[in-house]
Amino acid sequence: MTVTSSNTKEQSTIARSTWQRALASRSFVIGVSITLLIVVLALLSFVWTPYDVAKLVITNRLKAPSTEFWFGTDHFGRDIFSMIMVGARNSIAVALVAVAIGMCIGIPLGAWAAAKRGWIDDVLMRANDLVFAFPSILSAVMITAIFGPGAINAIIAIGIFNIPVFARLTRGAALSLWSREYILAARVCGKSPARITVEHILPNITNLLIVQGTIQFSLGILAEAGLSYVGLGAQPPLPSWGRMLFEAQTMMAIGPHMAIFPGIAIILTVLGLNLMGDGLRDALDPKLRGEN
Amino acid sequence: MSAVKPVLSVKDLSLKIRGNLILDGVSFELEKRKITGLVGESGSGKSLTALSIMQLLPNGAATNGSIAFDGTQVLTASEEAMCDLRGDDIGMVFQEPMTALNPLKQIGEQVAEGIRIHAGVGHEEAEKRAIAILSRVGLPPEKYPLSRYPHELSGGQRQRVVIAMACAMKPKLLIADEPTTALDVIVQAKILDLLKELVSENDMALLLISHDLGVVAGLADDIVIMRQGKVMEAGPAIQVLQRQAHPYTAQLAKASTHIPKQTNIWKAPELSQPLVEVSNLICEYPGNRTSLFKRPTPFKAVDRVSWQMDKAEILGLVGESGCGKSTMARSLLGLIKPADGTIAFEGKVIGSPDGIARADIVQFVQTVFQDPYGSFNPRHVAERLVAEPLFTRTDLSKSDKRELVQEALNDVGLTSADGDKYPHEFSGGQRQRLAIARAIVNRPKLIIADEPVSALDVSIRAQILDLIIELREKLSVAWLFISHDLSVVQAICDNVMIMKDGNILESGNTKAVYAEAKNPYTRALIKAAPDLSNAIRLRSKS
Repeated sequence: MTVTSSNTKEQSTIARSTWQRALASRSFVIGVSITLLIVVLALLSFVWTPYDVAKLVITNRLKAPSTEFWFGTDHFGRDIFSMIMVGARNSIAVALVAVAIGMCIGIPLGAWAAAKRGWIDDVLMRANDLVFAFPSILSAVMITAIFGPGAINAIIAIGIFNIPVFARLTRGAALSLWSREYILAARVCGKSPARITVEHILPNITNLLIVQGTIQFSLGILAEAGLSYVGLGAQPPLPSWGRMLFEAQTMMAIGPHMAIFPGIAIILTVLGLNLMGDGLRDALDPKLRGEN
Repeated sequence: MSAVKPVLSVKDLSLKIRGNLILDGVSFELEKRKITGLVGESGSGKSLTALSIMQLLPNGAATNGSIAFDGTQVLTASEEAMCDLRGDDIGMVFQEPMTALNPLKQIGEQVAEGIRIHAGVGHEEAEKRAIAILSRVGLPPEKYPLSRYPHELSGGQRQRVVIAMACAMKPKLLIADEPTTALDVIVQAKILDLLKELVSENDMALLLISHDLGVVAGLADDIVIMRQGKVMEAGPAIQVLQRQAHPYTAQLAKASTHIPKQTNIWKAPELSQPLVEVSNLICEYPGNRTSLFKRPTPFKAVDRVSWQMDKAEILGLVGESGCGKSTMARSLLGLIKPADGTIAFEGKVIGSPDGIARADIVQFVQTVFQDPYGSFNPRHVAERLVAEPLFTRTDLSKSDKRELVQEALNDVGLTSADGDKYPHEFSGGQRQRLAIARAIVNRPKLIIADEPVSALDVSIRAQILDLIIELREKLSVAWLFISHDLSVVQAICDNVMIMKDGNILESGNTKAVYAEAKNPYTRALIKAAPDLSNAIRLRSKS
């Protein structure tokens, strides 16, 4: 028991120093604050929004931002701030599940390719290149156009293009670890490649995967906005940032706030996630670990 | 003493990096045509002394004292003035020639670049001078065209290019930081000879930084011995090393020539089955494809080799890099399948082209690697790391395993409390002990140690050698000791094999082989190996 307790204590000191370094990085703090803000708004929208987004009040249509309607209203009289809150829910869910799909399939594939090498590696990585060769957003448009629009199909379409990203990253990082002496020592002890992967390889590349995860997350939000902009994402009446932009397009002259606020929401979220990823990359860099 | 004005004089140099005192009151002088050896163990501040002279210190460094080079105060000189000095009046040679050269530039251009900058001459003239200096260091353009890239040269040739770059402007001072540590013994001897010749030809002063007392004793006129940022002793090299007046000098010298005590000398058991029997072993690596439709011709790293070793024997395997010694070790460990031949442990075939008996190998053989830093998963505690070989032992309960781990830790001189530490909390020597603990925990009959002491300081090296002998006597475990360092092999191995280009050239009793080697390559190898006591004896006579 003493071993396990000191074990967790040790690990928590490593974690704490990483956390301290992360908090010292300005970009990480800004990124996390923005991301948290958006996530809190999204969660809040389940229980409370300033106005009901499903109710159309034509008398309130196209109101400019004011204390009553913070971000103004759209051409059906719905409150834009409320719509952005509910839309955040959708964007985050789609991007999150898409990243999860990419990780769940991509990481095992990459780890498998690195452990086996030979023809398995060749076949997997060429298949990867094949998926990579398609421009991801265009192909996602194609997939949703074939299988029908909707949040689920958007998730699958975006998720598929996350697979090769994680597979390639995992394989590259794992390959460099496979030539390390401690992996050789484990092989000499008779451990199977699968066991070595779980025990030694994956824990040592988690950092990289987390950082890539935040970046793919932000790309997923962009992709979701793109899909719903062309009408292939979440379907009405559920609000989504992409469709809000699309609807604002025709109203640009009389209600520019309709386009400005969803646009800012997308930019802020992507910026926040990227800043967070950058900060994490610096904080988790093993090369910096010894220096504190 | 002498009326000669020193080229460089360092007085009371102290250096702080982010508040840590790295150098403390370092003073020495370098004269022209003289080689000064700067010796110390890792962390003694010898490299940072060199970087202080070049003013190439990392950020956050603060220096005090004085470094006077040829009338210039280096510590207060502007960056511009230093740029003029570096590469012109002060040249520097680094340890790792591959990283000291730009891989994208041809060697002629790399040498000529510095000449153009410092001499202010045109392309043609610079190239002419580059040819001259490259020919001087042993790379005549007829054989080694200027258009070669660094990767097309061997390690020793690359180091010659680096030396050519450093000496192209005929500097007054050359600083060589471990210039031969990454090289094979015979190449090392040639590079050291070259440096010595260049010093007298160009009237240079040479500051030779090394951890190897043998190298310094064979070459240096003066010696400066450093420890933890302080100068312990300085003076004429042979005198200092002979008298060993300072206790630290004596300790270093003793550790470099350390021979572990053996209570009873090992003798080959008669009429018993050999522990390991390797017959006609061939190991291949896939070669480069010459055409898409042709099978690549494999490269034979080990080419039909046969040998055997007995119980509790320490067998040395010596050879330069690329000779196939590590490949052979990996085939014994079951990491590589032999292309032909068999490997048998106690009569049981465990490796042949038909397959590898991994379950048997795990019980029989373990390994210790060179780099004590890369040998452990940084995220596991020592106890878990040491227990790794036990994972196949389903017959043992958890507490049995813990007991075995504790025992192994005690055997190698660590305490049970060390089991809760992470690898980064151990020093280099302790980590190598930990690696040995992992190797013995399953009580194997053979441990393959691939350069186990090459990355360690001499004093720690002596302790690890003692430990190897101690474990052999206590656990009667045999060691296959792979090394390029002949003095270490001589100190502990019962028998020795000399390997070159995948073949074993010579083998036999260590004393006999060292006394009269039959093979000319072996003789060259033994002659080139730096040896402290030999060097002192030879040079004190003349």
